[in-house]
Amino acid sequence: MRQLITFIRKEFLHVLRDRKTLLMLFGLPIAQIVLFGFALSNEIKNSRIAVVDYSKDPTTTRLISKIAASDYFDIQRSLASADQLHTAFKKGDIKMAVIFPASFGDDLTHTGKATMQVIADASDPNQATTITNYLSQIVTDYNTELAKDAGQPMQINPETQMMYNPELRGAPNFVPGVMALVLMLVCTMMTSVAIVKEKELGTMEILLVSPFKPVYIIISKLAPNLLISVLNLFIILFLSWLFLDLPVKGSLVLLVTCSILFILTSLSIGLLLSINARTQQAAMMGSLMGMMLPTLLLTGFLFPIENMPLALQLLSNLVPSRWYFIIVKRVMLKGLGITAIWREMLILTGMCILLFTISLKKFKIRLQ
Amino acid sequence: MPPVISTNQLTKRFGQFVAANELTFQVEKGEIFGFLGANGAGKTTAMRMLCGLSIPSSGKATVAGFDVYTQTEKIKQNIGYMSQKFSLYDDLTVAENIRFYAGIYGMSKQAIKAKTTELLQELQLEKEAKTLVKALPLGWKQKLAFSVAIVHNPDIVFLDEPTGGVDPVTRRQFWDLIYAASDKGVTVFVTTHYMDEAEYCNRVSIMVDGVIAALDSPANLKQQFNAANMEDVFYELARNAKRKAD
Repeated sequence: MRQLITFIRKEFLHVLRDRKTLLMLFGLPIAQIVLFGFALSNEIKNSRIAVVDYSKDPTTTRLISKIAASDYFDIQRSLASADQLHTAFKKGDIKMAVIFPASFGDDLTHTGKATMQVIADASDPNQATTITNYLSQIVTDYNTELAKDAGQPMQINPETQMMYNPELRGAPNFVPGVMALVLMLVCTMMTSVAIVKEKELGTMEILLVSPFKPVYIIISKLAPNLLISVLNLFIILFLSWLFLDLPVKGSLVLLVTCSILFILTSLSIGLLLSINARTQQAAMMGSLMGMMLPTLLLTGFLFPIENMPLALQLLSNLVPSRWYFIIVKRVMLKGLGITAIWREMLILTGMCILLFTISLKKFKIRLQ
Repeated sequence: MPPVISTNQLTKRFGQFVAANELTFQVEKGEIFGFLGANGAGKTTAMRMLCGLSIPSSGKATVAGFDVYTQTEKIKQNIGYMSQKFSLYDDLTVAENIRFYAGIYGMSKQAIKAKTTELLQELQLEKEAKTLVKALPLGWKQKLAFSVAIVHNPDIVFLDEPTGGVDPVTRRQFWDLIYAASDKGVTVFVTTHYMDEAEYCNRVSIMVDGVIAALDSPANLKQQFNAANMEDVFYELARNAKRKAD
């Protein structure tokens, strides 16, 4: 134990002495928070929506089949009552709901005007805006069609309501993304570089000839990075609360627990990278190219995963940040509890254990 | 007194390739044992087996009285190791390096403190205790590296080309440290490419193509090969080597 403490202290000295890297580590999340203010918008296909039709008349039926026929929407379910909508939204089953009130058909026939209600999940604001616009388009087309049939102007008004993020701010979506990105990068890069550095210096040889256990080397290397990452996590949460008016809605303890789980997963990936890399540059490139790209592209915070080709969708399942991103969105933005994220937590735990076991095994083999 | 290192037909194969073939030799306590050979002759392989880093394919060997197959952890506690790269942490101070290496051998706080003071005095580095190692001249780094390799008072210290890249004066001074350690009873097992250094050893073995081609005191070897110096002895043996550099 005393040996382990000696080693961990040494690792902290390495980190503290390297001012430039330290500055980068803590500058990164801050810069990201500022930079990612502008999220990209893009085409969205097959958004899952729910329909509640209280009116059940020929006009609503026709409009619903038009919506269903569009590429943009995939009618996931027809609900009997709007009460079920909330659950569906919270589960993430649907992105939007369309409700026709009971008086819809009558209003339209008698006054030529009717109002339908559209509710969108705006925790991803770009997506919400885009899909409500698509829907308005369909309704406008339908209005023209109806007017032609009836020989008089007909007006169906979609009344749009944004849920979870009524002001459509971009921040709610990119903060979880930045969290995933920063933690992933810092953990994998720092860990892999720290270990490869010992190899390059030749100090690894000395450590191996000493009675110091390989598993202790790994633990010591992970310790400072774990601490830095948790600090980073709090910096991000603090910044988004202070400047972006985005507090953690759910349990902070749950969020931190899940984050540590994700951090450990990323640290294991760093460990795995370090075993195969010979130089610090190789380790650095490996973490940047190997981790940053998939994290950016396949996590779902820049590009919605639902719209990707199937192969990429399947691939994205292997990216740990994808699952972490979902957890953060649900806990931080929607304020949901463990029942909403246990599946994602389980997947992350599995990944973490698997990666750590593999890297530990490979690390030992390398030492032979 | 039993030999500190004892091997009997110690062999290491990598597939078809026999890196070290039936090595048999003894090293006595306090001896300075030169382990010579051209690049690729199998020195590193032999040394790794003795350090407990690599399990032999066949043969027997004990280091500090412990078996190289089953007691590698015991061996690790009783040996020191220094490589060509010096293996110090550049971004730690002199004192921090000493403390770290003493610490991973499980020395107590008081012992580490006492040892640090003692070493700094011996090396005349008291004023540099808080200097980062990267700011030290090469020769000082080398002496410091040797000192931390024996900080835990091991029975044997393995030196893998410890004097690579330093000037002759510094090398001489370094050998003074080796003699001092040997006088205290530490066995020194050293590989080198400098033949003047081979002359400083009590006994020298020369490996060629995985086998020990000669083993004796420098004086006896020179007589045996009718050579003026160790350089000629080495050349005589190594020029017919089939294996080239690794």
